Amino acid sequence: MVNSAITARGLRKAYGEHTVLDGIDLTVAEGTIFSLLGPNGAGKTTTVQILTTLIGADAGEIAVGGYDVGTERDGVRELIGVTGQFAAVDELLTGRENLHMMGDLNHLPRRDTRGLATELLERFDLVEAADKPASTYSGGMTRRLDLAMTLVGNPRVIFLDEPTTGLDPRSRRAIWDIIRGLVDDLGVTVFLTTQYLEEADQLADRIAVLDQGRIVAEGTAAELKRLIPGGHIRIDFADQRALAAAQYALGPSARVLDAGDGLTLAVPSDGGVRSLRAVLDLLDAESIQAGGISVHTPNLDDVFLTLTGRSAQRPATAAEHDNDRATTEQESLA
Amino acid sequence: MSTTTVANKHAVADTMTMLRRNIIHAKRYPSMVFGILIMPTVLLLVFNYVFGGALEKSSGGEYIDYLAPGMLLLLPAYMTVSVAVSIATDKSKGIVNRFRVMAISQSSMLTGHVLGALIQALGGMAVMTGVALLIGFRPNANLLEWVAAFGLLTLVTFAFTWLAIALGLLSPNPESASNAPFPIVMMPFLGSGLVATDTMPVGLRQFAEYQPFTPITETLRGLLMGTEIGVNGWVSLGWCAVIAGGGYLWSKSIF
Repeated sequence: MVNSAITARGLRKAYGEHTVLDGIDLTVAEGTIFSLLGPNGAGKTTTVQILTTLIGADAGEIAVGGYDVGTERDGVRELIGVTGQFAAVDELLTGRENLHMMGDLNHLPRRDTRGLATELLERFDLVEAADKPASTYSGGMTRRLDLAMTLVGNPRVIFLDEPTTGLDPRSRRAIWDIIRGLVDDLGVTVFLTTQYLEEADQLADRIAVLDQGRIVAEGTAAELKRLIPGGHIRIDFADQRALAAAQYALGPSARVLDAGDGLTLAVPSDGGVRSLRAVLDLLDAESIQAGGISVHTPNLDDVFLTLTGRSAQRPATAAEHDNDRATTEQESLA
Repeated sequence: MSTTTVANKHAVADTMTMLRRNIIHAKRYPSMVFGILIMPTVLLLVFNYVFGGALEKSSGGEYIDYLAPGMLLLLPAYMTVSVAVSIATDKSKGIVNRFRVMAISQSSMLTGHVLGALIQALGGMAVMTGVALLIGFRPNANLLEWVAAFGLLTLVTFAFTWLAIALGLLSPNPESASNAPFPIVMMPFLGSGLVATDTMPVGLRQFAEYQPFTPITETLRGLLMGTEIGVNGWVSLGWCAVIAGGGYLWSKSIF
């Protein structure tokens, strides 16, 4: 029997006329990584703010670690750690001082705090910068310090609101490794929001897709991808004759790609090795020369196009942007 | 948002943690602290040497003896700028959202600033008193009167700091927070701190006589120089209680 670390039933939140969250249900099992996937303005940050007691919900039954987020806030706060989208480090303090401050605020004995800070600085590759002000840190270093600070309180449930947004690929991978380590080594539960399907795919046991305040799909990465027809193999040919031969060999599912010079075929595929090999074998058997071949895997835009009929990359309406700003202000005033 | 239960059992420890944070800030970013603590002492020198000769007559004695008690009150007034800016700066940072979702005494974020302001202001007052003594300030106070004078200064700083916290919380950004306390900064000048109020034009004189800094200045002057205090002592304590209570409740309601 697996216990739930987070449960939400009928979670609603509106700012004035604008509904941000329109009846969300979530269940996150203990010791797993759950990802809330969605574009800007979908309501991801608001969800995290409610689950972490930063703001109140208008309606819904919401519990974290068995504590009600509305009436047992301190119980929730004892259990959770939060790393937000905006760096929650004190820039005037050094990395080490930030960690010491977190130890003090978690009411740990001073000696334990010092040892823990040194250990975390080593683990997060911040030893050299430990005694420099955090304002001098790079984006990736700040995010690592932010995560280290979250861990000082030994949280059982960790909320990561877009933990890799704005990071370079190398820093992003470093953060992914850290997140995997948290679950594997410490058995914590991770609630992660992201705009990147790849990130959810890499990390999450379960993914929920949030769009305009509603959950439009939920499942494992594999389950979600099956919903998306966007994946295909692209094959370039040198001339029309080779393309026609290939199209005949691959059957009716192969179609000429609209964009480009008319010499590219697109064959539906799940992006796996097996389907790629099948295509190559067919071309081989017919002795057809292909110029180039590439695998196009589904991305967030494909997910959204499929699930909502809209493109995720297109900016939300002006009203939604205003609301984003209102949310940020709420956040800082709260 | 503010109706949450608070982990009050750690209130003292959390306040000390926040105070340590503020002290590190002051060390890393000393220009603000320096400006606010040194400026009043510079003004003391300016007023004494520029206007002192001309004002000797109206003050009935050495001008520095009249001026110094009033100028000490510039420190709590100037501190309001520093406190409001610190609070507004904090509010704009992600770190506060982290504090918000921790099981700590939430009000320690404010009380840490109050304690920091008291320490800074008392430091500034000690410096100013030292400078005043060097340039001829000759108070006739005994130890008890000195203690009472600094007790009153502490109380005044405490009261105006809570008011400054409310102003900082109300300000949308640090820039406007630095302007919001301007009326408080001006008030010591528009009272009996520099010259006796009976030399002022009628409208200003009425304001000067009824605003809080005048009875506080008179009480301080009485304690240090032995002039008549009268009801000013009780009026001063009343003002401090009203300003501290009002500022505290106002801050609580918007925090």
